[in-house]
Amino acid sequence: MSMFNIFDISGSALTAQAQRMNVSASNLANADSVAGPDGEPYRARQVMFETVDRNNTGIGGVRVSGVIEDNAPMRQEYRPGDPLADEAGYVTMPNVEPVHEMINMISASKSYQANVEVLNTSKQLMLKTLTLGES
Amino acid sequence: MIDKIAGSLDFYQQALGLRHQRQQVLATNIANADTPNYKARDFHFAEELARAAGPDGNGNRGLALSTTSARHIEGGLQSSGAQNLLYRVPDQPSLDGNTVDMDRERVAFADNSVRYQAALSMAKSRIQGLKSAMQSE
Repeated sequence: MSMFNIFDISGSALTAQAQRMNVSASNLANADSVAGPDGEPYRARQVMFETVDRNNTGIGGVRVSGVIEDNAPMRQEYRPGDPLADEAGYVTMPNVEPVHEMINMISASKSYQANVEVLNTSKQLMLKTLTLGES
Repeated sequence: MIDKIAGSLDFYQQALGLRHQRQQVLATNIANADTPNYKARDFHFAEELARAAGPDGNGNRGLALSTTSARHIEGGLQSSGAQNLLYRVPDQPSLDGNTVDMDRERVAFADNSVRYQAALSMAKSRIQGLKSAMQSE
């Protein structure tokens, strides 16, 4: 087992959490996008995490296994004068929940911090180990 | 002669190897704190060290090959892999099946790093002792 595995483990977590943060940022930014490139309103996206189990040891990092679209119902907003409104006067808005996204963002940043700490501590220990035997 | 010197450092090697491995397991737990259905792992350090250090506590492995002839090559476990990875018992189970308790993991991680450093400085002083014993004056 390599000595630098721990960097892989924490590094993969940093990548995964950063991606989660990216997705949250995209959701928040598009909270009011009534029309995307395909003409449809924006749908919220969520990342899915999975463990990378290296040679079945149970030790491994984490990776994003996929980005899925949120199936929550789209928000309907009553705006009779809007050109995008249907016959009843409702505009279909994205199903982004800003509160969920904020919580997601805070959680991702806390996890990111924890993994940076792990990385720092491990780095210090590795550097100390490399000076073993020096007077 | 040289193997005696190596033998006197063997115990520290085992201890450091196991501490490092535990560090990895704890880092895995922290990395997977948000992975659904991930179960937090850990191992019992003292038990694994006793197993790794062998019955005489001096690096002679408990799982050595038995030799019936003087010309048999002595074998032994070379990897210091912990075999008994256990699952943590969660005290606040969460809905997504993840059993990582961030507070416990961080405390365990800090504890393990300090103990790693302790083992490191003890190995250091052991090397110092051997060095000064080999000094000519």
